[in-house]
Parts: sequence; structure tokens; C-alpha cells
Amino acid sequence: MKIVVCTKQVPDTKSAVKFNPDGTLDRSAMLAIMNPDDKAGLEAALRLKDKYGAEVTVISMGLPTAEDILREALAMGADNAILVTDRVLGGADTWATSQTLAGAIRNLEYDLIITGRQAIDGDTAQVGPQISEHLGIPVISYAQKIEIEGDSVIVERQFDDRYHVLKAQMPCLVTALSELNEPRYMTPGGIFDAVKKEITTWGRADLVDVDDSNLGLKGSPTQIAKASNKVRKGAGEKVTLDASESVDYIMDKLKEKHVI
Amino acid sequence: MNLEEYKGVFVFAQQVDNEISSIAFELIGKGKSLAGDLGTEVTAVLVGSDVKGLADELAAYGADKVIVVDDPELKEYRTEPYAHALASVIEKYKPEIFLVGATAIGRDLAPRVSARIHTGLTADCTKLDIGDFPLEPKPNVEQKHNQLLMTRPAFGGNTIATIACPDFRPQMATVRPGVMQKLPKVEGAKAVVEEFNPGFTPNNKYVEILEIVKSVVDTVDIMDAKILVSGGRGVGSPENFKLLEDLAEAVGGTVSCSRAVVDAGWKPKDLQVGQTGKTVRPNVYFAIGISGAIQHLAGMEESDIIIAINKDESAPIFDVADYGIVGDLNKIVPMLTEKIKAEVAAK
Repeated sequence: MKIVVCTKQVPDTKSAVKFNPDGTLDRSAMLAIMNPDDKAGLEAALRLKDKYGAEVTVISMGLPTAEDILREALAMGADNAILVTDRVLGGADTWATSQTLAGAIRNLEYDLIITGRQAIDGDTAQVGPQISEHLGIPVISYAQKIEIEGDSVIVERQFDDRYHVLKAQMPCLVTALSELNEPRYMTPGGIFDAVKKEITTWGRADLVDVDDSNLGLKGSPTQIAKASNKVRKGAGEKVTLDASESVDYIMDKLKEKHVI
Repeated sequence: MNLEEYKGVFVFAQQVDNEISSIAFELIGKGKSLAGDLGTEVTAVLVGSDVKGLADELAAYGADKVIVVDDPELKEYRTEPYAHALASVIEKYKPEIFLVGATAIGRDLAPRVSARIHTGLTADCTKLDIGDFPLEPKPNVEQKHNQLLMTRPAFGGNTIATIACPDFRPQMATVRPGVMQKLPKVEGAKAVVEEFNPGFTPNNKYVEILEIVKSVVDTVDIMDAKILVSGGRGVGSPENFKLLEDLAEAVGGTVSCSRAVVDAGWKPKDLQVGQTGKTVRPNVYFAIGISGAIQHLAGMEESDIIIAINKDESAPIFDVADYGIVGDLNKIVPMLTEKIKAEVAAK
């Protein structure tokens, strides 16, 4: 079985967010990590590899620095790593990103593609389903459990108040939730091997069946009109009292506001 | 693409088990005001099996027109037949705006549809306006009018971005549930109802549903609650949530929680407030033992009154709390519950 895992290097959104003058994100100025949902997707792929045997290829579109998360993926146990990087791909929205990744994946053989549900920078959850649409394969998003049965994949798909157990014919794309698993750590041996492994780098010329008009900032249907730091309402009162005074304080406020 | 051909505001009227989801009415409410600005109408697109009878309810909440796509293949939500339904409706009716709820269904469906018809999609919007793009006139750039300006939080709630889709139609957005207001219900209101079936032939993209497992606990939707008693990892254990449940009962509220609590398996996902959970705006939000990660704040900071109890005085939750109490929740919460009970009993 061949599994492709899409990963994204994301700014750690718990640290400060910085922008370029055009409103796009200044990724170079921020701490970068492997997107958590993608890491869960990679872990799911590695568990399928452990259980059924599989070749796991990790692919990332981004700046050359995304090599860091690909090395991490190799150290965790991925077999191959591909970096898709090119100036003309920059500034892509989810349409152009999914076109790029689909164009790259067309070079590969695959039974299963796993992406994270969403990246913590954009939080859109759109790229996975959009890749599947471009490739003409089924998608199951929000996977909380993934199993293989013959040439099908069986997935528990989370909804608000329920989950569906779904069966799809492979090739298929599944988007993974962080809740799916606890990703393994890199092993010292894995790190040692990862350093020696080659990361394949692809540019625009390596993308299959993608028109220039669908790539990068120019190929993005959505455009940023404005981006700004969130203005939060200021802090109110903060008190440090003993427990019974605290209770009296809250009671006063609840009465003042006619809650009770 | 001739943009002029595209007219009208369409909303996806999500139903589950043949019951219309609240988000559908919220989208009609917002769609109505956008349609007012554009001088057009709101059309609800109702997709399912045996759902035609639900059209009147959509009319009661303000839909001018309802397009019903009714087919046995659409009984349970599955990505492919639903995507086919919406893409076919868009190809036939050519709306200029298409809104979908940012629910588990909508966030799966909308990207597939937007990719199929080649248009932009903006996720999880919290504000929608009609305006100019670019916002201010710029030299050598045509400023387009009557564009949908879609505003959403990004980068974990650290920033707010306003996005337009000037060259493709429809302008598509998913909209966070609980943010837009529904219109008052008008009993007996009628809409033009039109049936449309593009034909559904199963192919490799149709998945098979082996089983549907519903949550055994019938919980109150935290988005409808007027008072939320929300707990975080600081509560300490699943058993200790009893303190919060007692307080919620005394004050007539509902228990919710932070992501850490869901990740730890203490509470189910549908009680989670925040960026990857639900957006809530109750009258009172008790944040108890919640540190206040930015992703959590994004889901609750619009609450009218925020009361935070946390033993860590530097917890970020205090930056948004109207009333912050630095102290031990294990002592404060039970005493507060008793006081409230006594107060209520005295009335």
C-alpha cells in the first residue's frame, strides 16, 4: 500500500503573528512547527504502515525552510519526503494550494492520501477536500479512526452529536483530527537516518496537469482586502480575595446585572 | 465567466434527520440583509430525502424562495451526492452569493463544491458585508462595487482578515454558527418552492455508510444557553466537574468546557467552546479553571458578562474577563452554589 501524507509548516500561533505590508503572513519572522492535525495524519499513516505494511511519502508545499518538518517526518518513520517550493506558488489561497498539491501528487502512486483536517494558521479545513476534488477521488473528512479492509478504507467520521462509520474505495483522501492519536516522537536512530536521507524538491515545472492561471497569488480567487490584529475588549476588574469574600463579590455582580 | 449573469443570495438550508439546523435560519437572516443591499432575494437550498415539507419553515424565517433537491440518495449526509446537488443548483441558477454554515457538514461540503465549480471560498466567517473591493480606490486598479466582503478570524484568533472574491462567482463563504441573527418567525409566510433534481448516479466517490452512532447523552446545545458554566483543565478531574454542574443547576445554566477537557476525554466534543469547538455568546460566561488560550477566547469573548475564576493571576482569561477572581475554584464554586441556591429560595 502507498500512502501520501500532506503536511504544512505553520507558524506557532501561540507566539506573535507578523505580517508583510501586503497583508500576507510574514512566515519567516515566526516560530515554525509541523501542523498538529497533519502530524496526527502522519502518525495514522505510520500506524497503518506498522500494521499492514505501507510506503509512506510525506509532501509539503512551502518555503525551503519546510525541509525542517520533512526531516522530522522522516525521523518519525516516513519513507520519502517531497518539498514543493517555487516563488510562483507563493501567496496561494486554498484553491491554488490544492491545485498545486494535486499537481504534485499526480506524479505519485497512491492508495490513500491523508491530510490534517486544518492548519492552525488558516483554520480553513478546505485544502484536503479540494485536493480530492481535483484528483476525482472520494474524501472522508474529520477522521477519528482509520482502518483498512481489502481495497477499502473504513473511517469513523466525527460529527457534532454522532459519528458515521464510512467505507470508501481506495484511492481515497482522508482528513485527520488531532484527536486521532498521540504522535510518536522521533527516535535517535530515526533522526540519524533522516539526516542522511534525501529530500526531493519539486518546482512549478514538476506539477502535472495544472494551468499557470490556477497557481500562486494570481491564481487565487480569494483576495485579502484587509488584515489586522484582533482588537480585544480590555480586561475588567481583577480581585484577589479569600474564598468567602470572592463569593460575595460574585454575588454582588450577579445581582447588579440582574442575573439572579 | 460573465459575472453579470450571477444574481441572488443563496443559502444552504442544512437539515439533519429531516430537522432544519438553526444555522439555516441564521443564514437566511443574514442573507436577507445582504440581499437588501443588493436589491435581490434570498433563496434557501434544501437538500435531503423527503424534505419538501420543511420549505414552509424556511419561508417563516424569511426565505423568498426555496429550491428543493429531494432524492433517496440524499437521506444521510454524504459528501459526494450533496456536493453534486449544490454544484448543480449553482450551475443552473447562477447565484452571486452562496452561504453555507461552518458546521461539520458545511466545512466538508463547501470546499468540495467550490473546487468543482472553480470559485473562491472563505471559511468560518463572523461578519459579512456588501462593499467595494479594494476597500479604498487605488491607482490602476479597478474598484469593484457590490462585492461580498467576508471577515474571519485567522492565525488562531490573533488576527482578523477581510476577504473578497472579485473575479469569480458565486462568492462563497462558510459562516460560523451562532454569530448571525435569525429573523423573528412569521407563521404562515410562504415562499416560492421549486423542485430540482439533477439526477444521482452512484460512482467511486460515493462512500458507503456502514453505521451511524449517535451520542447517547442528549445534551443541551451550548450555543443556545443563556448562562454557561465552563470548565478547563484547572477543574482537575472529570469527577470534579460535579462542582460546575451543581453551579449550573443553581443558576439555571449549562456546562461547557475548553479543548483541553475534550482532549483529556473528560467531556464530549459538543460541549467544547473555542476555535475548533463552538462559538458562544451567552449573557453570562463563567470561565472556571480555564487559562484562556487564544483559541478559547475566540469562541467566547463576545459573551455579555465574563466571570473568570483561576488560581493563576497571570492567566490570559483575565484579559477578557469583566470580573476576574484569583482564587481556588474548589473552595469558591461550592460556596457560590450554596449562596445562589439560598438567594433563589428566598425569592
